[in-house]
Amino acid sequence: MGIEEKLPAGFLLTTVEQVAGYMRKSSIWPATFGLACCAIEMMAVGTPDYDIARFGMERFSATPRQADLMIVAGRVSQKMAPVVRQVYDQMPEPKWVISMGVCASSGGMFNNYAIVQGVDHIIPVDVYLPGCPPRPQMLLNAILTLHDQIQHSKLGVNRVAAARAAEAAALAATPTHLMAPTHDHGERRSLLA
Amino acid sequence: MTETPQSPENLPAGPGATPEPVQRGERTGMFGARDTGDTSGYGGLRTPILFPAAAVRPYGGDFDVIADAVEAAIPDGHVERIVVDRGELTFVVARENLAAVARALRDDPALRFELCLSVSGVHFPADAGKELHVVYHLMSLTNDGRRIRVEVTAPDADPHIPSVVDTYPAADWHERETWDMFGVIFDGHPALTRILMPDDWPGHPQRKDYPLGGIPVEYKGGTVPPPDQRRSYN
Repeated sequence: MGIEEKLPAGFLLTTVEQVAGYMRKSSIWPATFGLACCAIEMMAVGTPDYDIARFGMERFSATPRQADLMIVAGRVSQKMAPVVRQVYDQMPEPKWVISMGVCASSGGMFNNYAIVQGVDHIIPVDVYLPGCPPRPQMLLNAILTLHDQIQHSKLGVNRVAAARAAEAAALAATPTHLMAPTHDHGERRSLLA
Repeated sequence: MTETPQSPENLPAGPGATPEPVQRGERTGMFGARDTGDTSGYGGLRTPILFPAAAVRPYGGDFDVIADAVEAAIPDGHVERIVVDRGELTFVVARENLAAVARALRDDPALRFELCLSVSGVHFPADAGKELHVVYHLMSLTNDGRRIRVEVTAPDADPHIPSVVDTYPAADWHERETWDMFGVIFDGHPALTRILMPDDWPGHPQRKDYPLGGIPVEYKGGTVPPPDQRRSYN
């Protein structure tokens, strides 16, 4: 990125990280972009009822060149996938992605040939927001979660170390289907296994 | 099977208008599940698949007037069958006669079906020799907003049907959609390309033999296979 990425690890770098994080999280420009019914809830967040202007985000950018947050609001069809990726590629760094709703996060109820089974197949996602569709308050919560991530994001050598640690944790993680069940499914479970 | 009460408009044929409907098969249960219990509550359901037979005079209402006008305007043998079903009038036409029939339906003063509202595709894999059906929904602005349907069939092995874009320019995108979803090739269409699916998509998704796709879904403590491996949609 810029000169801040060249700083040596230590007090100076962590101070710059905190300042940069505060500045970045206080001025996020979302891309104007909705794919399905979740976009209606996203638009509701822009109204005075929920008032996304509190976070300085009320100006949804009409061009991806001036946006740094992509809210993927709705199911991503196979036909739309290259378009989503192109919009993402056109956004300047640093940029973040919220996968809004269960369809964007995992394909949701559309487990079929037409829908990408999670937008993380084509772009990296920072916050997964469940719900069908999520209520506006839930999107506000996802934005606050993202603010927290941005505030605590690393730069330079610290960023490389954080990425290595995240990759090591992901490789060591238990696959979901091997985790203990959260509740008993009864006889049905043996039929589905 | 016990008789279940049905409202008259949902019966396959109006009493007196058509002979007994033809049974083409039977459906059991809600999703046709065989290996696991059908939890939908419709496991014991047995539904006959009924197709309407050719209608007999009088058809009732305006239908006789329209049928008379069609007989006068269209040469003998071009209309193979007339079906009256659920209050709708359908003319079944051989595909080689479709262009002439469409032109006559639009231009004849007594018919004047100027609007082609929709071109629908249907796939009947069990209907040997005519697996693909295409239905044209026509409406007349001149004559009281009358509506009819024209049905054409083609075999899977030779899925060609002449385009009606010459007569009904608005059918352009409808025929593209029917090509995209069912693989019906409309001969004479100005630019028969996909309209819904991506240009490089293999196959035609609305056909009954097209796989639904999907991936296994992982939950904590188990994996659920995709829907088309848990149920059969027959």
